[in-house]
Formats: sequence, structure tokens, C-alpha cells
Amino acid sequence: MIQEITFTEKKATRDGFGAGLLEAGKRNPEVVALCADLIGSLKMQHFIKEFPDRFFQVGIAEANMMGIAAGLSIGGKIPFTGTFANFSTGRVYDQIRQSIAYSHKNVKICASHAGLTLGEDGATHQILEDIGMMKMLPGMTVINPCDYNQTKAATIAIADYSGPVYLRFGRPSWPVFIPEDQKFEIGKALTLSEGTDISIFATGHMVWQSVEAAKILDKEGISVELINIHTIKPLDNNAILNSVAKTKCAVSAEEHQVNGGLGESIASLLSRNTPAPIEIVAVNDSFGESGKPAQLLDKYGLGVNDIVAAAKKALSRK
Amino acid sequence: MTEITKLKNIASQVRRDIIRQTHGASSGHPGGSLGCADLLTALFFKIMDHDPSFNMSGKDEDLFFLSNGHISPVFYSVLARSGYFPIEELATFRKINSRLQGHPATHEKLPGIRIASGSLGQGISVALGTALSKRLDNDNKFIYVLTGDGELQEGQVWEAIMFAAHYKVTNLIAIVDWNGQQIDGSNDDVMSLGDLPAKWKAFGWTVLEMDGHNFEDILATVQNAKEKSVEGKPVVILMKTDMGKGVDFMEGTHAWHGKAPNDEQKEIALAQLEETLGDY
Repeated sequence: MIQEITFTEKKATRDGFGAGLLEAGKRNPEVVALCADLIGSLKMQHFIKEFPDRFFQVGIAEANMMGIAAGLSIGGKIPFTGTFANFSTGRVYDQIRQSIAYSHKNVKICASHAGLTLGEDGATHQILEDIGMMKMLPGMTVINPCDYNQTKAATIAIADYSGPVYLRFGRPSWPVFIPEDQKFEIGKALTLSEGTDISIFATGHMVWQSVEAAKILDKEGISVELINIHTIKPLDNNAILNSVAKTKCAVSAEEHQVNGGLGESIASLLSRNTPAPIEIVAVNDSFGESGKPAQLLDKYGLGVNDIVAAAKKALSRK
Repeated sequence: MTEITKLKNIASQVRRDIIRQTHGASSGHPGGSLGCADLLTALFFKIMDHDPSFNMSGKDEDLFFLSNGHISPVFYSVLARSGYFPIEELATFRKINSRLQGHPATHEKLPGIRIASGSLGQGISVALGTALSKRLDNDNKFIYVLTGDGELQEGQVWEAIMFAAHYKVTNLIAIVDWNGQQIDGSNDDVMSLGDLPAKWKAFGWTVLEMDGHNFEDILATVQNAKEKSVEGKPVVILMKTDMGKGVDFMEGTHAWHGKAPNDEQKEIALAQLEETLGDY
């Protein structure tokens, strides 16, 4: 039941990464970590304190960090790189493409401060194109967890998976609503509430926004099936197609450009299988700006009300 | 037969392989390949302790990384001639469905290749990562990484050079193919590298120089580099080579950087290179 989904505290997804990295390091001695001068921002200090010899500060040199990570994986290590999402993708796209993706190296690219909710630092740092860039790379797994617990679980899970992964998370404190013991399965969508009128597919911080939107819709008598797509690639095609077979319309929600994002992946899947109306809640071909996270989400069309409106529009197009 | 004569014979065959591969593909990069034929022959047939049965991690082996991936013909030749894959497979170079891609790749699982290269400037970083992995595993073997000189114009290279000195990575020996040429002309015309030895020294490296066409010098200098590494600084060897070495009309010019010989040119070139181990 959607009304029963609540949160007790707020914590940042990047803190979930820090906790997960420490745990992954404890479970597997081959796990190593690298950071490009952002230890505090990425919450990597817990891992470093426990495993100082398995950590490499590379300085402000992200391209070199990606190459070193690829090299470490050749020797059998499982490297986790840490920097902002902006510097984890666009700045080093060719290094990732050649040395990690094409070479199929077991590197975990861990990216914080993704999206508008980075806030005051503004558009230079608010990357909204990273999901698109990374999902286009053959063999790359792309994960955007939604809260502290899911980010921690995802961090632990990717250490056990062999292959390149892009793990995207964020800066602000955010509601923690996924149970601590919820199993994280790469590529398997998580249904948060079942419904019959409309499917909402959400990823990252937009999952909580979608929970709030679904509650409003529910009170208006609209039955929402809310599905958390934490793994954007490989996409859980079956979960999406099965849900839309029931509801006949969909909304997607992500903190990313419309171009190249989750919504496009879902629209493409639907149009190739069972075409149905879909509304995409995402940033519409625009850069962000400085501001508070909530202000930015509202201004750029990612507010709770935007999801509600998108749902009603999709319903009207059935 | 002396060891040096043996190496010279192998290098002659490697150069024939380079000419025949690029001719067969009607494309590829013979100039830099010919220039590095002596070095790679020395590494694969004398210096390195390596296992042609090939496993990716290369534990307890010396490893070689080619950063300037466009000279793949010389890399493929020494790998095949060392037993990593059948020599006949050299005939598939750059052709459809081949494991011998235009630039080295792991994607087709060619034994001996540990990373894709070709987009320049990335190889020293990768080699450093594997050197760190060996250090973590208490594996005392060496990592060799070859980079072009024009490639040093890429900024990432200097990030890697800075890192190696900071972390005192002494189980890695970097070698620069210092032929002074790149696609558009000489280094000095395109983008001067300035005082290259001074630059590496300023970044905290021990700098050695050698003649890349003199096997005695190659063997002695690499040995010296290994011994110097105990001083705690990473070691680079600036290797003087002639682009196109061994084929008179290809020597000392960037014209053959990325151009394959035609039928007639191939025959002229092969006439200058003794067939010592049997063509594929």
C-alpha cells in the first residue's frame, strides 16, 4: 500500500556508498579504492581508515584514475573509483570507453553529486547527461539507487558482480525508506506498490518524489503501480512490460536530461513491444543553476506536482 | 650463434612480419612498428620472464603494455613468434572477423593483450595500476610500458608520470619511442616536447637514454633500469629510434607513419630483410 511507505530519517545516498564500500572491503580483500581529491565528499574515509594500503589518492587527475583502476583490475583487484558524477563520466569518457568498457575491466565507477540536487554549486557540477553517456557503452551496467539503504546494498552487490559498473548517487540528505535488509539484485526492478491504473517507473532521488506523488494520486482514487528502476542498464524489460500490460500507461521519473535517460529507455522498450502512452519527467534539454535542491527540482519540472500532472496526462492519453 | 645474433635474426623476421601484415591489410602503421622491432624483440625473447600460455592477471610474470597501440603489427609479431597464438593468424591483421584488430584489443580475446590501446595517453596509467596490483600481492616482477614521443603531448601522461613518482612505483619501467616524428611531421614542428629528459627528471624520475637499434645497449640499459629502481624513483628510458628502421625508403620520415606498402614497395622492403624464421 502506497500510503504505508514512510521514512523515519534522512541520510545522503553518498553516505550509503561510504558504508557499503567499507562493508565490501571487509568481505573481499581484493576490493581497492581510488579517489581524486574528494574523500570527504564521497565518504570514503571509513574504508581508508580500515584499509589504508588498499586506497590510492590520485589527486585531481581523473583520467589517470580511470587508467590506474583498469590496470589494478588486470591484476585481479576490484577497484572502486570515487569522484563527482561530472568528473566520473564526461571528463573521462574516452578513458572509460577504451580502458574499461571496451576492455571489459572489472572497475566500479562510483559517482556522487549527480543531478540537480547537488544544489548551490550550480550547473558546472550538476551533470544531467551521465546516465545517457554510460548506458550507451556496450557492456556497462548503470545503477542509480534511491536512498541510503539501497545505495549501501548496491555498493556491496557490485563488488560481487564481474564487469564494469557505473554507480550514481547524490549529495543531499534524502528520505530513507527502503528496508535495510532489502536484497539488491542488479537488473531486477523493485515494486514498491502494486496498482492498476498507471505505472510509475522512477530512479534515484526521484523515487521518493514519486512515492509522494503516488500518495496524492491514490487519495484521488487513482491506483498507482510504483516501480523502482534502480538498474537502468540492463533494464528489467519484463517488469516494465508486465506492469504496463496491466495499467496501459506509464510515467518515468529521473534526475537527468530527457535525452538519453531512463524515460527514453522505457519509451523505446514500450514502442518496440506494446506501445502505450508514456510521460517522461526529466530535465527538458537544459542546464541547471544554483539553488536549494527542492527549489531546483520544482523549477526544472521534477517536483511532486510535476509527477502528478504527468500521471494525469498519461491517463488521459490511454 | 651468439645471443645478439639470435636477437638480430628474430628482429629481421619481425620486420618482415610488419611489412607483410601492413601490405596484406593495405593499411596499418609500419614506420613506428619497424622502429620498435628491436626493443620488442629484446623484451619478448630475452628480457621478460613471461608465459605464452597467457592468463590475464599475469601474476609472477613480467608484463608489457603498449600505449601507442597503432604499432600493433610489431606487438602481434612478437606475440605470435613467442607462441601466444598461431603465426599464421598474422595474415588476418585488420581483416573482418580477426582477433588482430587494427589497434590491440581484449574484446576478441587475443592472447597476450591485456588492455585496448590506440586512443593515446592511457597506457602508462594502466601499467601503473597493474604495477600497484603486483605491489599489493608482493609480486616482484616488472611492468614494461612503451609510449610514443608524440603521445607525450597528451595531458593524462603527465598525470601518470606525477603519480608514479609520488607513489614511488619502482616495479615499472617506462620506455619512450623517441623517434622525433608523429603523423603531421616532426615533434618539433607539431608541438615541441622541449627538453624531454629535464621534464621527466623534474617530475621525479630517473632518466636513462639508449639506442633502440643496438641490442647490447638495449640489454644493458634495461638491466641498469632494473637496478636503478631500488633507489626509489621510477625509471624511464628515452629510446632513440629511427622510424621505419630496416627499410631504407621508410627510414627517418613520418611519411610511413600510417601508410602501407603497395606490392612493389613490399618486395623492395622484403629484399632488405632476411627471412630467418620462415614467413607465415
